[in-house]
Amino acid sequence: MALEMRLPAVRRPLSETLGRDSKKHLVVPGDTITTDTGFMRGHGTYMGEEKLLASVAGSVERVNKLICVKALKTRYNGEVGDIVVGRITEVQQKRWKVETNSRLDSVLLLSSMNLPGGELRRRSAEDELAMRGFLQEGDLISAEVQAVFSDGAVSLHTRSLKYGKLGQGVLVQVSPSLVKRQKTHFHDLPCGASVILGNNGFIWIYPTPEHKDEDAGGFIANLEPVSLADREVISRLRNCIVLLVTQKMLLYDTSILYCYEVSLPHQIKDILKPDVMEEIVLETRQRLLEQEG
Amino acid sequence: MNGGREDLRVDGRGCEDYRCVEVETDVVSNTSGSARIKLGHTDILVGVKAEMGTPKLERPDEGYLEFFVDCSANATPEFEGRGGDDLGTEIANTLYRTFNNKSSVDLKALCISPREHCWVLYVDVLLLECGGNLFDAISIAVKAALFNTRIPRVHVLMDEEGSKDIELSDDPYDCIRLGVENVPCIVTLCKIGCRHVVDASLQEEACSLASLLLSVTSKGAVTCMRKVGKGSLDPESIFEMMETGKRVGKVLHAALQSILHKEESLGPKRQKVGFLG
Repeated sequence: MALEMRLPAVRRPLSETLGRDSKKHLVVPGDTITTDTGFMRGHGTYMGEEKLLASVAGSVERVNKLICVKALKTRYNGEVGDIVVGRITEVQQKRWKVETNSRLDSVLLLSSMNLPGGELRRRSAEDELAMRGFLQEGDLISAEVQAVFSDGAVSLHTRSLKYGKLGQGVLVQVSPSLVKRQKTHFHDLPCGASVILGNNGFIWIYPTPEHKDEDAGGFIANLEPVSLADREVISRLRNCIVLLVTQKMLLYDTSILYCYEVSLPHQIKDILKPDVMEEIVLETRQRLLEQEG
Repeated sequence: MNGGREDLRVDGRGCEDYRCVEVETDVVSNTSGSARIKLGHTDILVGVKAEMGTPKLERPDEGYLEFFVDCSANATPEFEGRGGDDLGTEIANTLYRTFNNKSSVDLKALCISPREHCWVLYVDVLLLECGGNLFDAISIAVKAALFNTRIPRVHVLMDEEGSKDIELSDDPYDCIRLGVENVPCIVTLCKIGCRHVVDASLQEEACSLASLLLSVTSKGAVTCMRKVGKGSLDPESIFEMMETGKRVGKVLHAALQSILHKEESLGPKRQKVGFLG
């Protein structure tokens, strides 16, 4: 058995050792961004006394005439077309309430859910009574955002065979601002596991299924025990993701994959030790810079 | 859950592996002794204050310890308002039971004059962050704080009229230290599926129905045992868990002793990290 005790050490922020080229403009709520009135206000800003003030703590982003402040740690704000991973909290009359790390619970209507077998028909009263058979409280699902209500609540749909109930795997909860927006959020990593990077900050790591069941429609959860090799890959991936999150690096398939490869020489449980963490992060950043440049 | 059977948990640890522990003593300057422990996401601060009081009637020649646990509202949202009081009293009662024997702390050394004066050690535990496995972290912190406690040396003088006068020694560094070799540490074993794990994180605690709290001294003696949770435990598994607990407890004590001695050997010139590191 392993037990390590250590004395705390003062940790220097890692960005000093790398030397960033561009300095980000960081603001806190109430800071003046600019006094120029020619700009359009974006998210995270408000107008006060002819000055543009920030309402959240984060970095200022400017696109031509639009200024917005991107916050570091927020609740998830839904946009149409985002992929989310959520947990069912309630089963109501014609819908499910899904928890997605946003200010209000998201809604999954019965009519937006795929029926098993992929048939398209009007949902009847029997379907309503059988709702609990499809999804129960505590189940995890992957879905896409269909619409956003005026109060910010998000309406989801699972109208494709790649969405639906999630089987065995590991969930990692991170801040939504750390998940990079990409074309696809379902990745099959070459190391043997698959990952779903939800835009709401919920990341689901699961073993890659050998064959895709086309007609299941995502309802039948595979409950067979996962092999030890798969389990080790998933644990390592989970630790890598937690490491990237503690160092506030953006999460996308390339960064997770590089971090995984760099961490291979270390034991899985050592990845989260402070000194090993610094080493892995420095190398990962190096490789990402090489790949970009 | 099945990972427990194959000795591989979600974060890659084995069933008997602890998360990385950070220990720092002497963090609070106006206490007699203090310690701060970080075990994964669990953050505990313990302060020990030595004050003079009268001994208890049934033990006139011994001092005593008083425990108080405060669950700060910063720890988790459930502790808002009075939510943390129940957990606080439960932890304090467990600590009282753990220390309720003659050999843990030398109480006779805390006595100044029998039936009149003795040292009372007020041990205050503050939960700063709740990340699973509270009891273990608290007991490690209490042991580290007691190791760090320095009680000023006092002399009892007889006056001419026959009344006793207590004199504090002039040298501020002249103090007595407590011997903490026999102070027990609590090892929590959570039953998940059919195996038991040590040092459960928050998610693992949510999966486990029953756990066993074992307070073990450095020699492997068990001073107190408690079962928590609404599930049931098989007698055979209790024996297995006790054996694991004793084994893990001995390693825990050895590691803690070595780190405390190492910290002390760094002397007063060591760089204190405190809360802003």
